[in-house]
Amino acid sequence: MSNKGQIYRISGPVVTAIGIKAAMFDVVRVGDEGLMGEVIELHGDKCVIQVYEETSGIRPGEPVINTGETLSVALGPGLLTQIYDGIQRPLEALEEKMGVFITRGVDADGIVMDKKWTFNPTVKVGDVVEPGSVIGIVQETETIEHKIMVPPNKEGTIREIKQGDFNVTETVCILDDGTELQMMQKWPVRTPRPFLQKYAPDTPLVTGQRILDFLFPLAKGGTAGIPGPFGSGKTVTQQQLAKWSDAQIVVYIGCGERGNEMTEVLSEFPHLIDPNTEKPLMNRTVMIANTSNMPVAAREASVYTGITIAEYFRDMGYDVALMADSTSRWAEAMREISSRLEEMPGEEGYPAYLSSRLAEFYERAGRVETMSGDDGSVTVIGAVSPPGGDISEPVSQGTLRIVKVFWGLDAGLARQRHFPSINWLNSYSLYPASLDQWYRDNVAQDFPDIRTEISSLLQVEAELQEIVQLVGSDALPVDQQLTLEVARMIREFFLQQNAFHDVDTFSALEQQYKMAVAILTFQSEAKKAIAAGAALEDVVNVESRTNLMRARFEQGYLEKIDNLVGEMKKEINSAVEAEN
Amino acid sequence: MTEKEYRTITDVKGPLVFLNKTEPVSFGEIVSLRLSDGSTKNGQVLDTSDEMVVVQVFEGTAGVDLDTGIRFMGDVFKLPVSKDLVGRILTGAGKPRDGGPDIVAEHNADIIGAAINPYSRRSPEEFIQTGISAIDSCTSLVRGQKLPIFSASGLPHNDIALQIARQAKLKDSDEDFVVVFCAMGITAEEYNFFRYDLERTGALENAVLFVNLADDPAVERLITPRLALTAAEYLAFEHDYHVLVIYTDMTNYCESLRQIGAAREEVPGRRGYPGYMYTDLAMLYERAGIVKGKEGSITQFPILTMPGDDITHPIPDLSGYITEGQIVISRELHQKGIYPPINVLPSLSRLMNAGIGPGKTREDHKSVSDQLYAAYAQGRELRGLVAIVGEDALNERDLQMLKFADLFENKFLRQSRDEDRTIEGTLDLAWELLSSINTKYLVRLDQKWIDKYHPTEKK
Ligand SMILES: Nc1ncnc2c1ncn2[C@@H]1O[C@H](COP(=O)(O)OP(=O)(O)O)[C@@H](O)[C@H]1O
Ligand SMILES: [Mg+2]
Repeated sequence: MSNKGQIYRISGPVVTAIGIKAAMFDVVRVGDEGLMGEVIELHGDKCVIQVYEETSGIRPGEPVINTGETLSVALGPGLLTQIYDGIQRPLEALEEKMGVFITRGVDADGIVMDKKWTFNPTVKVGDVVEPGSVIGIVQETETIEHKIMVPPNKEGTIREIKQGDFNVTETVCILDDGTELQMMQKWPVRTPRPFLQKYAPDTPLVTGQRILDFLFPLAKGGTAGIPGPFGSGKTVTQQQLAKWSDAQIVVYIGCGERGNEMTEVLSEFPHLIDPNTEKPLMNRTVMIANTSNMPVAAREASVYTGITIAEYFRDMGYDVALMADSTSRWAEAMREISSRLEEMPGEEGYPAYLSSRLAEFYERAGRVETMSGDDGSVTVIGAVSPPGGDISEPVSQGTLRIVKVFWGLDAGLARQRHFPSINWLNSYSLYPASLDQWYRDNVAQDFPDIRTEISSLLQVEAELQEIVQLVGSDALPVDQQLTLEVARMIREFFLQQNAFHDVDTFSALEQQYKMAVAILTFQSEAKKAIAAGAALEDVVNVESRTNLMRARFEQGYLEKIDNLVGEMKKEINSAVEAEN
Repeated sequence: MTEKEYRTITDVKGPLVFLNKTEPVSFGEIVSLRLSDGSTKNGQVLDTSDEMVVVQVFEGTAGVDLDTGIRFMGDVFKLPVSKDLVGRILTGAGKPRDGGPDIVAEHNADIIGAAINPYSRRSPEEFIQTGISAIDSCTSLVRGQKLPIFSASGLPHNDIALQIARQAKLKDSDEDFVVVFCAMGITAEEYNFFRYDLERTGALENAVLFVNLADDPAVERLITPRLALTAAEYLAFEHDYHVLVIYTDMTNYCESLRQIGAAREEVPGRRGYPGYMYTDLAMLYERAGIVKGKEGSITQFPILTMPGDDITHPIPDLSGYITEGQIVISRELHQKGIYPPINVLPSLSRLMNAGIGPGKTREDHKSVSDQLYAAYAQGRELRGLVAIVGEDALNERDLQMLKFADLFENKFLRQSRDEDRTIEGTLDLAWELLSSINTKYLVRLDQKWIDKYHPTEKK
C-alpha cells in the first residue's frame, strides 16, 4: 500500500477508499478535484474518510492521496479579525477565488503567508527557551500584541534572533541545535495544547448583562451552557457576550447556524467599540462560520478549529472567551457521520461517544498556568438547541453534566418579550462562592448580600404568583402586594435588558449594583411609608420611581442614579405626609 | 452519458432500487429507468461503490422489476434556466405542464445549489410592506429574509400567502416581485386556488410555478423545491430580479424525506424523521438572501402545516431553528372569525430590527411594537385568570390590559383580504388602541414618542 489509493464507495460526506496507507485523522485529498477529507475509521484494507466538501459528482475509482498530515490549524499573526470556515479556510480568500457561492476543490491558507509583520524579539542570544516561551512580539491589531512562542515540542538555547519585518514562514530565531523557528506554528485541532497546571477560577467574566453578572455569573476559564428553543435568545446572548464581555480575545463559532447571523456580526463588529479598550471590537475577534448549509464534516471540525485557536491565545497569557452557536448542530454532525458509518447508535441516534466528546470539548476550557508561566484562560459558552425546547434530550443532558453555569432560556418569557429570557428560577451558577471575594473587593462589600436579597425576592414572588393565580392579587395582604411590586420592578427594570438599545445593551457592574440597591431602597421606603399609613397605590405610583426606571435608557445613568433614588425617597415620604 | 444499459437490479424497496456490477457511477448522478412496458422513470444515485449502487426513483418504483433497464446519465440533476422561465408552469420535475414548449436553456444549473459564502452576504435591511398590520408592525419582513408561515390544516394560510404575494412591496415603491411558486403534494383544489388568484391579478405573467400535486410522485417532491430555488437564484443573481419564493407544503416534503430514510433503513431521529433533516432543510432555506455585487434578492415564504397544531413537532421545530422567524397562524383566532388569524406572540421576525426605524419605517416603530406585544401578552394571560376569579378581582391596570387584548384582535389584527394598510396607517392605529391604556402602564414606550404620537397626550 502507498500513500495513494482510490475511491471505493461514496455515501454523502463519507467516502471509503482502498489501497491507501493511512493513519487515523490523516488529511487526505479525495477525487480528481482533490477535495479535502480526514480519515475517521480504518477497516482492514478500507479506510473511511469524512470529506469537508460537497461530494456529488465524484465516483468510485477516482484517486485518494494521503498528505500524511493530521488536521491542523495555522497559528500566528493574522488570525485576528478573520472569518474562517470550519477547516480554517478564510472566507474572504474563498470569495476571491470562487465568487459568492462556495464551490469546491479550492485551498486557502489559514493565515496570509506573504504579509510582513514587524517582529520585536524579547529574548537575546544565549537565552534558554522552553516550550511555550515567548521569543518576540508582533503588534497584530491596534489592541492586541501577538506573542510569538516556541512551539510546545521545541526548546534550546538561542543561537540567533532577528528583528524587523518578516512574513510568518520566514525564520526569526535559530536554536543551538539548528532548529529554526518561524512566526507560524501548526497544531492538530483534536489535541489540546499543553499547559503547566489548571487553576481554580477566581475572577468573573464581566459581561455587562445584568442577569448574567448579577445572578448567574460566569468565571474566566469557566464553562456555561445556554439551552433554549428557537427564538428564545441563544444567539443574541452569545453575541452580547462576544461584544461586551471583558475577555481580551473572542473566538466566535457559528456552527451549523444561519448565514445572515454571521453577516450581522461581520458588519456590526468593526463599528462597535470595546468598552474596555475603546477600540473596534473586531480587533480582538476571530470568527468561524460553518453555516447550516455548509458541509457537515467541516461543521464537525469547526469547534475543534475554534478551541485550538482559543488555546493558542490563552498560551500568550490572554483571557479568551469562546462562543459556540450551536453545539447541538455539532452533535448532529457527529450523528450524521456516525450513521453513515453504520455505527451502533446510542440515545436518539447520537453516537455512544457523544457525551465524552462534549466533555472533552468543555475540558479544554480553564484558567491555566501557561507553558511560559503566565496566567491565561479559555472560557467556553455553548448554545444548545434542544428539539422542541425539551432539555431531557442527550445533548442538553450531556452538556449540563459538565458545565458549571446553566442559563436556561424560556420560551414563555421570550413570548412575553422579556429579554434576555433567562429563567431566573431554574438557571444556576456554581461560581458565586469562588467569585464573591472579587465582588467584595472590586464592586462593593455587600455585593453578595444584595444578590441574595434580590434572588430570594424572586423566589418569594414565584410562590405568591401561585396564590394570585387562584384568588387574584387584590386578595393578598398589603405587604405581599408590595413584594409583588418589588419583584415586578426587579423583572422589568433590572432583569430585562434590551440588547438592541444603544445604552441598555451594556450595564457596568457598578451600575448593576446601584440599580439593585435602588430596588431594595424602594422596598424599604415603601414599607415604612405603608406602615405609616400611606396607600400602596400611591407609593407604587410615585412618578419619581417611573423616572428612575425609564432613565436607564439614557446616557450617563450611573451618575444620575443617586439623585433619582433620592427623589424617589422624598416623594414616597411625601405620600405619607399627604395621608396624615 | 453512457449508452450502456444495465439489467442488474438485485432489490427494490420502497422508492429505492439496488443494483450491482456497474461502471463507476458518481454520487448524485441522474439515472434513467426503462420499464418492461417501455415507459421511463428517473432517479438519482444515493450511494455508490464498486459493488453496489442505490438509486432513489422519483416517480416511485411501481412497475419496476429485476429486468428494468438502467442507464446512468453521466451528470447530476440540472435545470435548464433562461428568462423564459418567467410566466411558465412546470411539473415538479421541471417539465412543462402548461402545454408550452420546453425551456431553451441559457445554461444548465446544478439544482443542489452551492452555499452562499457567509462573507459574501449583505445584511437584509429593506423593509417590505405587506399591508397586513400584524406582520408589518410586529414581525416586519425584509428583503432577502426567509420567513415561514406555521399553520395547520383548515386554516387560511394560503389566503395570507397570496395576500402577501399581491401586496408586498418596498415602502414607497411600485417595484414588483417575481413570484416563484413551488407546490409539493398539495391538492388540485389548493393549487387551482393559487393559480386562479395569480391569474386574476395578472401576477402569473410574472411568476414561475413548479407543481407537484398530491397525486404526483412523492419522491419527486424532494427535487421540486430545489428546482424552484435554482430558478430563483438564476433570476435573482443573474438577472437582478427580486424574487419571492412561496413553497407549500413543507410538511409533505418532510414526509417524503422520511419515506426515503425508512427505505434505506437509516437510524431515524425524532418521530421517524431522518437525523439529517435539519441539514437538508437548511440547504433549502439558506438559499435566501442578498449578496455582494448582485442587485437581486431571494425572499422565502415557506408554508408548513403543523401536524396536530404542535409547534414542537420536528417539522416546524427544525424549520424555526433555521428560518429568520416565523408567522404563526392560530386556530383559536380563526375560530373567533378573525382574519388574518396571526398570533403575534409566538411569531417573530429576527431581521425586524434591521429593517425598521427612522428612514426605514418610522422612528416609533420599535417602541410601539414592543408595547403592543407586551400589552397583548398580558391581556391574553389575564383572560385565563378572569375565567377563574372574575373581572372584579382585577386592578385598574389589569382591566385595561384585558380590554386592550380584545381591541387588538378586533381592530388591529382583523382586516379584509384586500385591505392593504400602509405602515404609517398601521402604527397610527396601534397608537389609537394603545391610548385606551393609561400612559403610566405603557412602560415600553419612550416618553419622546408619547410626546409626539400619543393621540391625546402628544405635545
Ligand atoms: N437581549 C435581548 N434583547 C432584545 N431582544 C432580544 C434579546 N434576546 C433575544 N431577543 C429577540 O429574540 C429573537 C430571537 O433571538 P435569538 O438569539 O436569535 O434566538 P435563538 O438563537 O435562541 O433562536 C431576536 O431576534 C430578538 O428579536
Ligand atoms: Mg440562534
